[in-house]
This record gives sequence, structure tokens and C-alpha cells, in this order.
Amino acid sequence: MPLSTSSNFARPDDAFRAIVEAHRGLTEEQSADFDAALVLILANHIGDIDVLRDALALAKRRMVDSQQQQQQQQQ
Amino acid sequence: MAPANTHQANTPQAKTQFGYRRHPDQDRPGQSPAEHPVVVVGAGPVGLSLAIDLAQRGQRVVLLDDADRIGEGSRAICFSKRSLEYWDRLGVADRMVNKGVVWSVGRIFHGESQLYQFNLLPEDGHKRPAFINLQQYYAEAYLVDRIQDLPAIDLRWRNKVTAVEQRNDSAVLTIETPDGAYRLHAQYVVACDGARSSLRQMVGAEFAGQVFEDQFLIADVKMAAEFPTERWFWFDPPFHAGRSALLHKQPDDVWRIDLQLNRYADPVLEKKPENVRPRIARMLGHDKFEFEWISLYKFQCRRMDRFIHGRVIFAGDSAHQVSPFGARGANSGLEDAENLSWKLDRVLRGTSPASLLETYHVERSLAADENIRESTRSTDFMAPNSHQEARLRQAVLSLAKETEFGKRMVNGGRLSVPCSYDSPLSSRDADAWRSGPSPGCSMLDAPIGQQAYLTDAFRKGGTGFTLLSFCNGAAIDAPDGVKDIRIGGEGGLADPQGLVAKRYDAEPGTAYLLRPDGYVAARFRHPTREAIAAALSRAAGLN
Repeated sequence: MPLSTSSNFARPDDAFRAIVEAHRGLTEEQSADFDAALVLILANHIGDIDVLRDALALAKRRMVDSQQQQQQQQQ
Repeated sequence: MAPANTHQANTPQAKTQFGYRRHPDQDRPGQSPAEHPVVVVGAGPVGLSLAIDLAQRGQRVVLLDDADRIGEGSRAICFSKRSLEYWDRLGVADRMVNKGVVWSVGRIFHGESQLYQFNLLPEDGHKRPAFINLQQYYAEAYLVDRIQDLPAIDLRWRNKVTAVEQRNDSAVLTIETPDGAYRLHAQYVVACDGARSSLRQMVGAEFAGQVFEDQFLIADVKMAAEFPTERWFWFDPPFHAGRSALLHKQPDDVWRIDLQLNRYADPVLEKKPENVRPRIARMLGHDKFEFEWISLYKFQCRRMDRFIHGRVIFAGDSAHQVSPFGARGANSGLEDAENLSWKLDRVLRGTSPASLLETYHVERSLAADENIRESTRSTDFMAPNSHQEARLRQAVLSLAKETEFGKRMVNGGRLSVPCSYDSPLSSRDADAWRSGPSPGCSMLDAPIGQQAYLTDAFRKGGTGFTLLSFCNGAAIDAPDGVKDIRIGGEGGLADPQGLVAKRYDAEPGTAYLLRPDGYVAARFRHPTREAIAAALSRAAGLN
């Protein structure tokens, strides 16, 4: 099964909000620790190395895209 | 692995010393070098085992070593089930196991508490245990003893190869001895001369890979202790905060202790016994121990691009080097010897073309890559490379306290198991299989009676190509030169617990074609003579 990028939550705002609220009151360092654990928990739940690799590639591509945009803006 | 710094505390005497003896090859008239089929360079576990295997197959072997004794010190200690099965075929496994410390259980601790334990061989019905721990010098001494029974092996101490000249169909070695230099002409040279291989330099090959910056203190200490014979590994233990530690028993009340230090530790200071002693005492809770050996290491994971250079073939640490977490150094070298020996024997006899040797490079490269990948992952887990890697590791360790998936991600070393080869020598499955070793996998052991095992039957058959078949009325005829192991039926071997059939997913009529190294070449539900002959031909590199 390929990585699903269609909207899977009935109420996407609830999901986003739940993650945002989990970070409330945390320092940058604590937030990073929290995210590391969350990523591992969710990756294991997905349990499919190809889907995980697709997800990693999507996240990475977004970073590359935003870097390119920044560079273009600077030029 | 290369010791950055070594301190020998209570210097253990070399366990065995051997005299140099002048050989008639050194007194040949007219400078024409003596001709030999195989010269093996390096009398470590790999070179010794390879020489024995070749000799048992009927080859004459010259084995050269630049020293005159078996090396002491802290080197390999963990020998795998697969290595013991190989040593069984070489006639030395009983001695190794009798002297060794048998173990299969490992425990991983984080801080004060145990995260989990694992059993590397949780089922019965195998002749050999998951692992034994045995100092390398004992293993080498037993192998040297075995060589005394084999006149086909000509073991020459203090014979140091100083030059190699490649020719089209041979290699000429220049060898330095206490009596001066002489030359040998070999059809094949096998370089088993270790991580700092001089043969590798002589053929001009690169040895590229990753160096880990963290330093590790390895101490072998002698003490009376009641710890169980298990592998204990700590992340961030109270006695060694923020780093990892390993404790493992060896014979003679010697314990291997491995403490991770940081990359900036001063090796000269850290190796001093007066500085090591308090670290170990904190770990053990007492200081009633003697040092047998102390070394400081940085680990490397690297390999040669090609294991064959003309007529020089590389095996063991000379060809590939790993960090020690996983017992993948000596064990993979022994698997190299096992893989190479039967191929070299066939090529020397002319029963297979020289191209069969290329499959040694192909198969053992796959294994080297796997071993490097596994030991690199373990070392990176122990010594994270960045703040974020450390954070992810911390997340795994904390999740491991309450989740099964977290425990499975904790990497304190993944211990050596035989590699499966995606090999040109394998015939692909044409039938449906639920389980059992697929082509390219190592044979599995199982009981065939009281104190009798399938690996014994394979060994007694002479470790050639072997057809393992499960009775279906009329027996299948094995092709000429192929040994038979028949399970069940009239005159067949017993399968008292049904484990042979189970482990091989066998039904009446099932047959496995095993290679001389015990790997599966092909398997069939209802084999025909033609199918077996085709698989045999492929496995021998004939097409």
C-alpha cells in the first residue's frame, strides 16, 4: 500500500490540534524529545518500511523545496 | 580492529610457541621456485581452518605465518553455532565446546534496570549451541594441533611474505625467513593475514570504509564470580554514566569487559592499569580481580572492493573488517574459509571452471556488506553521531521500558547468523514452500536419533554435494558423485521428533540439494533426475 496523502481524519483540525497541544508548555529541547518518541511510535504502528520510506522522502523533499525557495528569494 | 594502544598487565605467556624449520624449498638449485597448488598466508583461525578444510578435501597446502607463536591478547571470543558446525567438519569442535563457555542468553540493561533479554537459540534439537566463548588463542592452538594429524599441510613459522608477483596462471611469493629469502610458486594464494594485511598492500588494493571516533576500553580480567554465562550489555549504567558497557564470560575465570569511552579520551592515560582499575571496580562492586589484558580501540567497518586479485584471494579480516558488536569478525572469516575451500578444491581438480571462484567474491561480498551494515548500526546506536541521533536513541530506550517494539529497536549488537546468498549457484524454487531453508540459505540442524544430528550425517558423508531426501517409497537416485542422506523409509535415517521434516517443510518426496559448504543449492517437491542434474551443474558453476 503506498503512502496515503489524502485526508484520512474525519476532523483534521482535531488531529492537528491534539499534536499542537501536546507540545504546549514544553521547551524546545523537550519538544524535540517528544517528537522523536512520537515518530517512532507512529512509524511502528504503520509497520511498513516502504510507506515509512515514502513518508521520509516526502518530509525531506519539503525541506529541500523550502530551502530552494529561500535561496530564490535571496537571489 | 586495530588497537590504538595496548597494555599488557600480567603478561600471559604465549600459549604455544613453534620453532622455525628450514624447508627443502629454500635450497632449490638454479633459483627455480618450488611449485605448490595453494599457499595460505596467515595462521590465524581463518587460515588454519581453510588449510584443514583443503587438506581434508585432498589438497596439499603450504601455510605460512610470520610469527613463531600463537598470539596472546584480547581478540575474538564469541564463536557462533555456524562456526562450530564448520569446526565439527574439521574435527575440532568437541575440544572447542568442551573448553568454551556455552551461552545463548543476552540481557540488555538501561540504567539500573533490565530492558529485556533474548535467547539466540530458543529451541532444542541442535547439536551445537548458539555460541561459545573461547579465547582466540585456544581456538588457534586446537587448530594447530589438528594440523599435526594432516601431513598434507606444511605449516611454516617465521615465513614472512615480502613480495608477490602475479603471473597469468600463478603467483610467485618472495618469503623472508631467519635463513634469508626464498621464493614459492603457487597456483593460488589465499591471504588470511588479518586487518593489517600486507598482501593487500602488495596487490595495491584499497581498504575503504567508516572509522568510528568513539574509543572503547577492552579489559580481560581474571576473577572468581558468580555471574551467569550470559551476555550482559548496559546503556548508561550507574557505574559508567552516559556510556555503554559489556560483560561476558570466557574460560579460566576470565571476563571480557568492554567500556565505551569518549572520542577525546587520552589513550595513554586511559590504558594505565591504575586508571582502569577503578572503572572496573565500580562496575563489579569490588576490586578482587587481575588484569589479563587491557587495550583501547577505535573501531572501523570497511572492506576491499574485490576479494580476488589475480591469483591472490582474500579471506577474513584482510578482506573485511567490522566492529566487534555482533561477533561478526572471526565468524565471518570462518564462513569465508568454508565458502572458498570447496570451490578452490574443485577448480584445482579441474572439475569446475576457475569462474566458480568468482562466486566466492559474490557470495562473501553480500555477507561482508550485511556484516558491515549490522555492526555499523550497532556501533552508531551505542555512539550516536549527532544530538538528534542521541535523542532518537533515548526515545527508543525510554519506549523500550513499556513497549515490545521499543525493545526490538534497542541495538546492543545483533549477533552473527549465516548470511543468505542471492547466488548464481542457486536454482530458484519452482514449487510452493511454507518454510525451510530456501536456496542460498545454510542447512538447518535437527536430531536424527539419540545424540545424532543431521549435521553429523552431512559431515560423515564427506561434505560434498549431498542430496537430502524424504522417503516416498522408491528412493530418488542421486547423480554420480553426490552423497545421499535419506530420511525415513527402509534403510533411511530416523526423524524421531519429526524435526527434520518440520524444519525442512518436507513432504514425502521432498529433496534438498546441499552444497559442500552445507548451503542449499536447490529444493524440490518431486524431483526428477534431470532437475537435480541441472541444479547440480549450476551449483558447481558449470553453466
